[in-house]
Amino acid sequence: MTTELQYTIIDENCEYSLRELCTLCKVHAQFIQDLIDEGILSPQGQDPREWRFAAIEIKRIQVSIRLQEDLRINLPGTALALDLLDEIQELRRSKSHLEQLYALTNRVD
Amino acid sequence: MEFKDYYTTLGIDRNATQDEVKRGYRKLARKYHPDINKEATAEERFKAIGEAYEVLQDVEKRAAYDKFGKDWKAGQDFKPPPDWDSGFEFTGGGYTETDASQFSDFFESLFGAQGAGGTRQQGPFAGQHTRYSGKGQDLHAKIVIHLEDSYRGSKQSLTLQRPAVDESGHVITRPHTLQVSIPKGITEGQQIRLTGQGAEGMGGGGNGDLFLEVAFAAHKHFVPDNRDIMLTLPISPWEAALGATVPVPTLGGTVDLKIAPNSQTGKKLRLKGRGLCSAKLSGNQYITLAIMVPKPVTDKDSELYNRMKEAMSFNPRSHLGV
Repeated sequence: MTTELQYTIIDENCEYSLRELCTLCKVHAQFIQDLIDEGILSPQGQDPREWRFAAIEIKRIQVSIRLQEDLRINLPGTALALDLLDEIQELRRSKSHLEQLYALTNRVD
Repeated sequence: MEFKDYYTTLGIDRNATQDEVKRGYRKLARKYHPDINKEATAEERFKAIGEAYEVLQDVEKRAAYDKFGKDWKAGQDFKPPPDWDSGFEFTGGGYTETDASQFSDFFESLFGAQGAGGTRQQGPFAGQHTRYSGKGQDLHAKIVIHLEDSYRGSKQSLTLQRPAVDESGHVITRPHTLQVSIPKGITEGQQIRLTGQGAEGMGGGGNGDLFLEVAFAAHKHFVPDNRDIMLTLPISPWEAALGATVPVPTLGGTVDLKIAPNSQTGKKLRLKGRGLCSAKLSGNQYITLAIMVPKPVTDKDSELYNRMKEAMSFNPRSHLGV
């Protein structure tokens, strides 16, 4: 079966309210509150009704759920894992850039 | 059907204790979790580890599996004998929370689809899940595209194994092919959400959604950094010293780049708007210069270097005080 589909791109343009975020990720507001308290999510705005979440938060929620379910990591552990994963990603990027330079200097013409 | 060596998969001996099984599983699950391990094979490994653990963590299933003996090697052609499971009851065994719809044919032929614990819906969030919407579960998959696909926008065909529940209530997987539009300017880590393309709902509930996370295949020249594209550009010593206009590859084709006189290795230049641009957001290409010193091949080449040595007073190590 092949289907032509409609899609939504979750990119930097998107912003979500608490309700939208709960629907999208299929979680309770309390779970979002727990992630905020742990510093995993940082919405804009003071009051929960004014909260606006950036698109990047969706992935953090999804990864949090998977890490907790699959590896039985608790909330502080999840927060630590997410921070370390961000750092690893940054290091990987610098590494590929440096590898490019290194490959050039070792190029045999 | 291929025989699966569950002990090798978990990196343990056949006589490992139940504690060692658990430890082996946890260690490898952490290592190969697809959110942590970025290798292309990580997801497959993670599923295999989950399947092996599903069997070996359960004393009954393990005992039944052990009946095949140690002579079987992974990958060998395998067919279970008709009465292989006589004397074993698999009902009510301790099942894990692993996504059972992803288990291999080998597992199903031994323990049956009903022998599997279920899907992620049975995890700690399951209650919320089903009560909240009554929908099928959301599925998550990765789609690997080329930088060019994002630069221009493209269409990709993708086949996924989608879990569904058959008439008798068993969890099965059905291959599902999708034509996915890759919008111009999508970046690594962004998600495409396909409404209603997740797992089928139960009891009249709608389908879940499918989240496709974009990853880029490694490119020969370019390194992406969010919307920006990085390139290390080799230039000659005279282009660096005197300035020049040189051709530079970009995702949109070759463009000319002006290099100022007296440029050094490491100097960064920007080509505005030559990165991954979406309808509203734009990225740039950043070029880092790298001066390549030509190897003196002929006598004339060496003579040129000697003339430079004599004519120019240049100490590249003056800042080191030597």
